[in-house]
Amino acid sequence: MAVLELKDVTFKYQLAKETILENISLSIEKGEFVALVGRNGVGKTTLCSIMRGLIPTFHTGSMSGQVLLNGIDISDMSIGDLALHIGFVFQNPFVQVSGVKQTVFEEIAYGLENLGVERSEIIRRVDEMLIQLNIEHLKSKHPMQLSGGQSQRVALASVLVMDPGILIIDEPTSQLDPQGTEEVFETIRLLKERKKTIILVEHKVDWVAEYADRVIVINDKHIVKDASASEVFADPMLLETGNNLPQVALLALRLKESGKTDIENIPTTLDEAYQQLKGRTDHGSH
Amino acid sequence: MEAIKFEHVSFAYDNGFVAVDDISLTIASGEKVAIIGQNGAGKTTAVKMMNGLLRPKSGKITVFGEDASKRTTATLSKKVGYVFQNPGDQIFNQTVYSEIAYSLKYLKIDKAEIERRVIAAAQMCYLADELQTNPYDLPFSIRKFVTIASVVAMDADVVILDEPTAGQDLLGLTYQKEIIEQLHQRGKTVITISHDMEFVIENFDRILVMADKKIIGDANKREIFWNFELLDKAALKQPVVAQLANRLTMKRNIINIDDFVSEYEK
Repeated sequence: MAVLELKDVTFKYQLAKETILENISLSIEKGEFVALVGRNGVGKTTLCSIMRGLIPTFHTGSMSGQVLLNGIDISDMSIGDLALHIGFVFQNPFVQVSGVKQTVFEEIAYGLENLGVERSEIIRRVDEMLIQLNIEHLKSKHPMQLSGGQSQRVALASVLVMDPGILIIDEPTSQLDPQGTEEVFETIRLLKERKKTIILVEHKVDWVAEYADRVIVINDKHIVKDASASEVFADPMLLETGNNLPQVALLALRLKESGKTDIENIPTTLDEAYQQLKGRTDHGSH
Repeated sequence: MEAIKFEHVSFAYDNGFVAVDDISLTIASGEKVAIIGQNGAGKTTAVKMMNGLLRPKSGKITVFGEDASKRTTATLSKKVGYVFQNPGDQIFNQTVYSEIAYSLKYLKIDKAEIERRVIAAAQMCYLADELQTNPYDLPFSIRKFVTIASVVAMDADVVILDEPTAGQDLLGLTYQKEIIEQLHQRGKTVITISHDMEFVIENFDRILVMADKKIIGDANKREIFWNFELLDKAALKQPVVAQLANRLTMKRNIINIDDFVSEYEK
């Protein structure tokens, strides 16, 4: 059964002239890693807020259609109940930080405290997060005195520590260096191994292609493609929706265009590209 | 001519935390330079010293031949414009127009010239239709262009772009490429800090690599991205296409799709 299902959802922000999303239907299974891609302003974050139930309650507007969590309409659930099932990591980490805690450790512990989790258990879980996201050295720092990249990791930790079944993560790596980006994707891979359902908004398609199972492309208010990552990223049509293709796919297309290779399947990951092109470069060594 | 020169420059915050440790560099007028390295390596601190937003603890900084320590930040920022990493640190006016015009009021130029410059900068930064919009009604990715336009309007000789690609989509990256190219054609020195290696390779030739508060590499991009020892030290990786070329044991120095395609036919 789908853990999360949207049925014919249309939404218009209160003061907007036009709808931002129309007739969105999708179904996400437990344990899937789904990436949402589309140009800026297309409504990816709006879609995340709809799935999390922040729309239409917190961000108001007119919405039609249904959002079902494990088969139950989320409009029948409280925002608090929803929070136990769905973790949301905001795009701007500075929005996430509570502003009431003095240290990173306390900040990450805040949600668990509110649930009344036992002290020793809180410490165990927070420590585990600090190690997993490689931010142990920040634990005594003030949450407001972090760099963009550090805040981004603390924001992620404070949601992951709650251990929700579904995670919605909106551009978690925009401020991170390459190593930090890899750590975030590796963390997501671990979450996937633990059967978490992950919905990610991310522009870095090279990374998405390496890790995600499925990609949903949004363009002009609608879902224009919903398929496996290898299918979506091999299709040059994606460029027309304002998204880039992974570097290896662009490369393979160029090689084909210039008649230098006859490979049939456009690779979307580094390994696939290597497998497809190896043995064809012997001419380069003599 | 030398635009920026650092001689043994170090910086420490008031609490004693050292952020930049004994760096020396020279950037010529008209050059395009990218600074790469991990979060916390000292990149932003280093560039903020170029226009006096931060002052070194020791060492000497020269901007177009003048000792920076003898100039105010206001004077230096007319020569060296800095576009902040987070547009929220820079924007405070009610409209895009007044935001771009703000610093111009402190230059000795008349109203007509201010208007001309605001409009030209807005056009160059794809904001011509947003002049009356409140910057905070624009998405983060577009707000970044407001901050770039503000610096462009000042007509500074050096433009520093700190993480310009964060949160940008394909169109945003295309716009940035065009802005950098235009600035370059006007003879401006363009310096960027970026984690996006494809962006760096596409738009810049000379790369400075920072790690642990120091400059550990300063060379052409083709050297930098095949110097594995250096990349390791800075916790960086080759761009994807170079990684593939390396695994296929193709010629070294391939760093982008064009290189790869032309090598592949030989």
